[in-house]
Amino acid sequence: MRITQGTFSFLPELTDDEIAKQAAYALDRGWPCSVEFTDDPHPRNSYWEMWGLPMFDLTDPAGVLYEVKECRKAYPDHYIRLNAYDARYGRQTTALQFIVQRPRREPGFRLDREETSDRRVRYTLHAYALDRPEGERYGDAP
Amino acid sequence: MSAGRWSAGVIPYAEMGYWRPDYVPRDSDVLAAFRITPQPGVPPEEAGAAVAGESSTATWTVVWTDRLTSYENYQAKCYRVEPVPGQDGQFIAYIAYDLDLFEEGSIANLTSSIIGNVFGFKALRALRLEDMRIPAHYVKTFQGPAHGIVMEREYLGKFGRPLLGATVKPKLGLSARNYGRVVYEALRGGLDFTKDDENINSQPFMRWRDRFLYCMEGVQRAQAASGEIKGHYLNVTAATMEDMYERAEFAKELGSVIVMIDLTVGYTAIQSMAKWARRNGVLLHLHRAGHSTYTRQKSHGVSFRVIAKWMRLAGVDHIHAGTVVGKLEGDPNTVAGFYDTLRLDRIPADPVKGLYFDQEWASLPGTMPVASGGIHAGQMHQLLHYLDEDVILQFGGGTIGHPMGIAAGAAANRVALEAMIKARNEGRDFLAEGPDILRSAAKHSRELDVALSTWGDVTFSYESTDTPDVVETPVFSPTP
Amino acid sequence: MTGRPGFGMRPAENGSPAPDPAAGEPLAPLPPDARVDLARERSDAQADEVLDALDADLVGLAPVKTRIREIAALLLVDRVRARFGIDSGRPNLHMCFTGSPGTGKTTVAVRLAELLHRLGYVRKGHLVSVTRDDLVGQYVGHTAPKTKEVLKRAMGGVLFIDEAYYLYRAENERDYGQEAIEILLQVMENQRDDLVVVLAGYKDRMDSFFASNPGMSSRIAHHIDFPDYEPDELEAIGRLMMRDEGYTLAPETEPVFRAYLDRRRARPRFANARSVRNAIERARLRHASRLVAESGEVDRAALTTLLPDDFLASRVFS
Repeated sequence: MRITQGTFSFLPELTDDEIAKQAAYALDRGWPCSVEFTDDPHPRNSYWEMWGLPMFDLTDPAGVLYEVKECRKAYPDHYIRLNAYDARYGRQTTALQFIVQRPRREPGFRLDREETSDRRVRYTLHAYALDRPEGERYGDAP
Repeated sequence: MSAGRWSAGVIPYAEMGYWRPDYVPRDSDVLAAFRITPQPGVPPEEAGAAVAGESSTATWTVVWTDRLTSYENYQAKCYRVEPVPGQDGQFIAYIAYDLDLFEEGSIANLTSSIIGNVFGFKALRALRLEDMRIPAHYVKTFQGPAHGIVMEREYLGKFGRPLLGATVKPKLGLSARNYGRVVYEALRGGLDFTKDDENINSQPFMRWRDRFLYCMEGVQRAQAASGEIKGHYLNVTAATMEDMYERAEFAKELGSVIVMIDLTVGYTAIQSMAKWARRNGVLLHLHRAGHSTYTRQKSHGVSFRVIAKWMRLAGVDHIHAGTVVGKLEGDPNTVAGFYDTLRLDRIPADPVKGLYFDQEWASLPGTMPVASGGIHAGQMHQLLHYLDEDVILQFGGGTIGHPMGIAAGAAANRVALEAMIKARNEGRDFLAEGPDILRSAAKHSRELDVALSTWGDVTFSYESTDTPDVVETPVFSPTP
Repeated sequence: MTGRPGFGMRPAENGSPAPDPAAGEPLAPLPPDARVDLARERSDAQADEVLDALDADLVGLAPVKTRIREIAALLLVDRVRARFGIDSGRPNLHMCFTGSPGTGKTTVAVRLAELLHRLGYVRKGHLVSVTRDDLVGQYVGHTAPKTKEVLKRAMGGVLFIDEAYYLYRAENERDYGQEAIEILLQVMENQRDDLVVVLAGYKDRMDSFFASNPGMSSRIAHHIDFPDYEPDELEAIGRLMMRDEGYTLAPETEPVFRAYLDRRRARPRFANARSVRNAIERARLRHASRLVAESGEVDRAALTTLLPDDFLASRVFS
């Protein structure tokens, strides 16, 4: 299973050089970048953990890539994504967001169905990863 | 004002105070630009004044009851008439309406005034409403889009690229179960949205409730398969408001993020659904069914840029607004004008895009334009160039007609889109290098490779009928 | 991005970045028997403009200018070598500028950043100038993010650390400065592609800083000393400043100005060019007060000419 959230999930994984180019695009537009990670990739999980504050006032993507690498070192088997934020009036939202690391194995989701009256079905999206406690969701932990 | 103003009988409109070349429009006035084609022998000022009169207070003869009112306030004023260069017998008449003429937050009332009786007026051979300036004072009386572009992106968690959709085909005849299969395959393959067609309501071959159930099964399955939020525009268009509410409520209960209506339901029903959509946290998609009957001809009707303005006020989150490169009408500059009108907050007048007035939206959210009709993955560079990022690209045939199946068609579109965005962000001249970018992306994607060899050369190059007069048409800024 | 109209929500004002002389397509490799015109390479890189500006704007500093020219030559030749496929490794350009205050260290660093950018050594060519307070935190866990923040901002350009020896406090081994130094060392070693670090300060203090931090010393390739200015250089600096601000010395003021500089040099806290600047600022005040006190008509000459009294009122003459 491959989660296809983010702007570039249908392409081969971006190399570090390619990530730097995307970060440079963001910085050239005045969008600060930030790094986030999670072991709960449910599409309604809006709040991945922040790897530090958004990086304001950078001019060069090397600083962004530096934090991506630091985050990978600390969480080698989590999802990590890079965000660029557009604070312009009338926008004030994320402008670009893409995954820069995935766990080795992506267990994906199960669809739980509760059948109710009149043929209606209530659906719940259940992430297999959440069957384990936080911190042990990927990798070789028991 | 002439002393004869109040004598019984017929007086030219111009002399009744509807022709006011000295009038300076106020910031709070509603302004309209009409393209008029007067009958032979009717002076353009008189024709402009007649339009002003017939779209505000006047009737064909003098009525003494005018004298019971402060009529000067209620008279629309034609303050400028200019010939359209290169179009013999056509003029642009600029008319100002006092804000008092309109009920707050009512498209029905606005349109009953501006395009109510006047389009059948005999002194004109043809009349077209080209553009309107809605003053911020009036904008603020409308709800506007139930969510808007920013909220929609945050709600869906999709940033930095156009969204992708497809209309389920064939348009008519699929059973609900088969129909849901198309939804599932297209969404699982990589699209963000699928869509009911405008004429899919509740017919004998597929009743609405069955369609909703099967479509939502497809949507939910696709979400589980991709870890992404997906949606299907469930068309709730129906004969009565009560039916529409019932269907929308059911869609909401099933967890749909979006419902859809057709322009044919009417302005009041659209505004009602926009309020429902905001109240219930469901996106509202509008299909502009029927608009071409009055938007397409250049001399008579209403320009789509005016419809776009009305629909942003009325409060839809999505509206079909043209593709430039697809099978439906759309000159690039004119379409750019539509897209600006829907997406930007402050839009300067621009003759090249056919925008006659500055328009200030006063932070009313933007409406997401939808490009649909005869487009395919091989045009991705052109689509991105002309339409930019805040747009939904809908590839119906271009998804479902893929030789390897619907999911493959969807994946081909998504790979092409992401590759193009990546190349653009890397600073490449993606319009010129588009075919190369697609070909090298296809090395990693057999789906795209097959799509390119199937449709790579299909284009629809016909001349558009609704084009701006470009520089010949003078553009008037209400604040000198 | 070329040719895109300002269409849609993406604005035109920050749509296309300014053309970048150092960017551009990588050049095709050359065959072994090719010949390259070095003068042309130089003018293509537009490095001479920066070097000439360095000469024109800064008086004296001959050894500094020579070293900067040598570095420019090295980078130029390296670029040409690379086109023949000769890989010489990326030269280490971390530097230490030593000298008294006001000897032009910051000014040279700004020019250096621009030069390195034009020669393709750094990607952006901006200068981030900091002191200890920008790098070192107040409590546990505060320093690393602060230092990294500064390093990230400087990436693509030059990080200038003024009075760098304050990072190290021998008297306190738990001083957070040590943490900043370690992070700096790591980045100076591992991310040479991303930034150039320039340490600056008084010579004697830098020497003892390096003595206690051998790791830092070994990563600095270039030690450049900025000598104090000679009297005639100070005078030239003063004239340059006055010219830029639209003032001249009356003939009878010239010996007074020289006498002023001689006396000022001998006094404590003399800060070279910075002291000259301050002297001129004060002379401007006196000049203006004098004109207002005389409250007669003034002509252009009166408005631009400094008289002996404008300097003689200074404390150095008392």
